[in-house]
Amino acid sequence: MLNMVVVLTTITATVGAILGGVYKLTEAPIAQASARAQEEAIRVVAPDFDNNPIAESDTINSNGQEIVVYPATKNGTPVGAAVKASSRNGFNGEITIIVGFEQDGTIRQYRVLSHGETPGLGAKMEQWFRTDKNRQSILGKHPEKTNLTVSKDGGDIDAITASTITSRAFLEAVSNAYNAYMNKPIDAMSGSSTRTTPDTNDNEGDEVVDALSGSTTHTPNDTTTQCHNEEEVMQ
Amino acid sequence: MNKFKIILNGIITENPTFVLLLGMCPTLGTTSSAINGMSMGLATMFVLMCSNVVISCVKDFIPDKVRIPSFVVIIAAFVTVLQLCMQAYLPALYQSLGLFIPLIVVNCIILGRAEAFAAKNNPFDSLLDGIGIGLGFTIALTLLGAIRELLGTGRIFNLSIFPEEYGALAFVLAPGAFIALGLLIAFVNKLKTR
Repeated sequence: MLNMVVVLTTITATVGAILGGVYKLTEAPIAQASARAQEEAIRVVAPDFDNNPIAESDTINSNGQEIVVYPATKNGTPVGAAVKASSRNGFNGEITIIVGFEQDGTIRQYRVLSHGETPGLGAKMEQWFRTDKNRQSILGKHPEKTNLTVSKDGGDIDAITASTITSRAFLEAVSNAYNAYMNKPIDAMSGSSTRTTPDTNDNEGDEVVDALSGSTTHTPNDTTTQCHNEEEVMQ
Repeated sequence: MNKFKIILNGIITENPTFVLLLGMCPTLGTTSSAINGMSMGLATMFVLMCSNVVISCVKDFIPDKVRIPSFVVIIAAFVTVLQLCMQAYLPALYQSLGLFIPLIVVNCIILGRAEAFAAKNNPFDSLLDGIGIGLGFTIALTLLGAIRELLGTGRIFNLSIFPEEYGALAFVLAPGAFIALGLLIAFVNKLKTR
């Protein structure tokens, strides 16, 4: 009896000590890796800058979500920004992205910082929305002139094949970022906050019928993106 | 037992996926692509090798009644070490495997081998068993991942074999995992009975 207590205590204490040591050893590299990832992400998405966006960043809180705007300036003139935003409507938790905008609000580039989406499906968003194919890409689009919702919802962007939920959440995060950059009120709770074209609402009844019957009325090109299957639920 | 036989035993005779049918959750969950399956297999192999050696070393000091909790603590320690190291040095891989890394703790192959092999054999044989079973698991996961990726998206290891439009999406999703795994097990058993 006493033997068991001694053995288990010894094992857990030793393991605890080892893990503490490994944590101390990896703490700095992990922090560095994430700081480097953030810096690199800002450098990739934002227009060419010569200031320190992390030091000048501005954090906006809306509905409990944190949006960080990293302003980019060159020779003192603002040239755009990188905006870190997130959406909680992902298929498997929160999706955090960083989007770069030109001064006028045109989407320049993006990176996905963290997500819990299914590998091979929703995780494809890291490439999907910057691939210049059909209507996938959001690069070079201006959120005022383009309806940043999936084509299934009447928008102008093709959703990731079999990952409509992820695509909606991703585009929601992009819209949140844009609104934060433009100092507009953020409607983070609603996935449909970016439906701007008036005729979208007229189509909504049809969309419901389509969803129930499992078929769609969209162009043949879209069929791959209209699949009603969602991602696997194995996690 | 012949040393080489121990390794071969893990890959063929007692292949964890095709023969023992252990560790089905990560098998079905992570094999949506060949690279994911392979990374998961290698991560499991690392934990299996380390835990087998350590458990084999300390087996004589552990009273029988508390051996399972002791084994689980040792396994969990290695998984946490793996997770922290991956996060620090391979952040991209860590992001793509995400949740499945901590779940290696409850992978029954690892506890199963600790119980069935490491608790009865010397550390060196246990290491070989860890390598064998780990390789068997990695091969099975890579094979299943490659088949699902090929049928689902027309690619293997991201190399395009045929256009994505002709892929059967179901194979990347949950049902395809079961179908592909079932057929693969049947095929392997057919080969073995001949």
